[in-house]
Amino acid sequence: MKIYIRSSSCISPQKTFGTSEFLTEVVEYTGTRLKAIEPDYKEFIDPKQIRRMSHVIKMGVAAAKDCLNQGQTEMPGAIITGTAFGCMEDTVTFLTRIVEQDEELLPPTAFIQSTHNTVAAQIALMLKCHAYNNTFVHKGISFESALFDAIMLLNEGETNNILVGGTEEMVDTSFKVLTRLGLYKRWPVSNLSLLSTESKGTMGGEGAVFFLLSDQSSSDNLAELTAIKTLYKPKDIETAIVSLLKDNSLNIDDVDLIITGKNGDTRNDEVYKQLASSIFKNKALANYKHLCGDYSTSSAFALWLASNIIKRGTVPDAVVERKKSGSAPKKILVYNHYQNKYHSLMLVSTI
Amino acid sequence: MSSSVYIAGTGVISAIGNNVAEHLAAFEREEAGMGKITTLNTIHRGELPVAEVKISNDELEQLSGLPAGTSRTALLSYMAANEALTDAAIPNFDSLRTGLVSANSVGGMDKSEDFFVEFLADNSKGKLRNVFDHECGSKTEIVADKLGISDYMTTISTACSSSANAIFYGARLIKNNILDVVIAGGTDSLTKFTLNGFNTLMILDKAFCKPFDENRQGLNLGEGAGYLVLVSEKVAQILSKPLYCKLSGYNNSNDAYHQTASSPDGTGSYLAMKGALKKSGLQPSDIDYINLHGTGTPNNDSAEGTAIKRIFDPEYPPMSSTKSYTGHTLGASGGIEAVFSVLAIKHHLIYPNLRFETRMSELPFEPEKHFLKDQDIKHVMSNSFGFGGNCTSLIFSAI
Repeated sequence: MKIYIRSSSCISPQKTFGTSEFLTEVVEYTGTRLKAIEPDYKEFIDPKQIRRMSHVIKMGVAAAKDCLNQGQTEMPGAIITGTAFGCMEDTVTFLTRIVEQDEELLPPTAFIQSTHNTVAAQIALMLKCHAYNNTFVHKGISFESALFDAIMLLNEGETNNILVGGTEEMVDTSFKVLTRLGLYKRWPVSNLSLLSTESKGTMGGEGAVFFLLSDQSSSDNLAELTAIKTLYKPKDIETAIVSLLKDNSLNIDDVDLIITGKNGDTRNDEVYKQLASSIFKNKALANYKHLCGDYSTSSAFALWLASNIIKRGTVPDAVVERKKSGSAPKKILVYNHYQNKYHSLMLVSTI
Repeated sequence: MSSSVYIAGTGVISAIGNNVAEHLAAFEREEAGMGKITTLNTIHRGELPVAEVKISNDELEQLSGLPAGTSRTALLSYMAANEALTDAAIPNFDSLRTGLVSANSVGGMDKSEDFFVEFLADNSKGKLRNVFDHECGSKTEIVADKLGISDYMTTISTACSSSANAIFYGARLIKNNILDVVIAGGTDSLTKFTLNGFNTLMILDKAFCKPFDENRQGLNLGEGAGYLVLVSEKVAQILSKPLYCKLSGYNNSNDAYHQTASSPDGTGSYLAMKGALKKSGLQPSDIDYINLHGTGTPNNDSAEGTAIKRIFDPEYPPMSSTKSYTGHTLGASGGIEAVFSVLAIKHHLIYPNLRFETRMSELPFEPEKHFLKDQDIKHVMSNSFGFGGNCTSLIFSAI
């Protein structure tokens, strides 16, 4: 069975939402953190609810609704999300009140909205969608887990259209803690030069990206999701890539573009550099984390990027690392890893 | 795709026991696990009963061999998952494609909330070792590493239905020929975060909970972990021990009514049970026992009861909420109760719904009050419903 990406919607630190432009104008950030550009939510969410909703819920619900609109689908047959940290804003709010008010007279709203499944639940509530609803929370492969579940559901014949998303919000508290844990650079940098800094640490990011997956072919589809594979602490990623391609009767020569998860941290980028001179030698290369920052479900941004490159037939200059002359990319491999532990491969093709 | 998924091992830890044998004994003694709060440093001590696992973190660290400072959520998870895997005694485990699908609701919150007190006073303070493993996925990773599982792992969090979803996701990984063996279930430890959260919703009973009783006042929070070892047909054939049963039906539906409350007619629970029956090819009259979600809150039990009435009326199978023993273990409850459901089939048991006195006025049925042995149990339904309208039902069937 072929699985298609029918539509996609992306709220990110770049101008990716509600525009027909494709990363033509890049937003520059100086510091160690990229914040998502908030759209006008009124078009997607009841204003009364907007006030109560945290950042990640608003981003998630709006991206989900926009994705369905673009896919001309009112009711998906399943809703599946991935998030590593879940609803941090509400979690921090409730934790703060527990401490400051010594556990007394706490309002329930923040707790109610703090569960990891809140985004998927709010989408279901808004659509009155009683179908399968799941949320995966496994660190750097949270989004890939959701995608994998959707592919299995389509293969099982449970439904024809599935809404799948990756959402993550960065709040001040998590940014401070993750900075202390050494994830980010120790001095301010520009995201435009992030990938050439040759030092430890990256820039944090956030976003909400949704996809409508379908098993039905249509000229409106963005791309085919040909394969996906996640690996935990792989011993040999090159062999894993060759084997994934082989499973799909392909070899590296069939891949026109590789999008990698380079994030400007020397420890993180080492494997990409090695591959650039081995299996990816002479291949066109692109990167994306300087645009959306690094976060657990950033691979959803990469998949949005890959699907749009396939559909539009152009590679935005802002993502190019190594250009190869030739026609529009027909097959793109996305290779990302999160902190060297969780690696994922996604193969996207023309429809 | 149509291949069966079998249950080859079980493991459980909760307030009524540290392993399967202790649970069976506690059920027979009709001994609940609730008591005074002893582990959490909270103002609710002495006021709200909880169902604590009766082993300290120090002891759990020693028993598990996990390092000092490990989250209690991961410690409990390892205890139950390791028991399940040992029980299954799968030959040549390392040569098979194996996975761990685990669930929890608040990750390492038991440690993070300690970190947060110092952090809030001064953002440069707070021990980082208490927060770096905060993510839900870290709990799964710690246990998978310790058990030597690396082919596949993931974590699910759909509030109180989390581990029921983990179990049938694990089964689907086998049906889709991705894996041969999956350890699936969930874990959660008591935290001030959840205790205060449920307290703000005013759904915690100050006495021991009374699920499905007309005069129920709310739930008691509990902690623990429960896991099943799921195996493919191919693996089932090489096992020397008898299998417990198979997972014959499952379904995940959403109530789509309210972020926390259940719809009055129990739409989500109705659809979950109905879908699981359809998947299993069984009729309502085939079900021999229902392990209820039965939290003891007015809202849940009313919605679940109404949904059961819509499906089972007029012939009701025996049913009970084992939360009357274990409290509500949140993300672990679906896994713990799946273990109980599987044991009901293997040992021909029906568990009592403790402290039940008065039938709910709107329902024409009531839960089982006595521990029953030598029951002919072929098909058991296990319900798990949660915040966000997430409703999941599983059906286990004798082979």
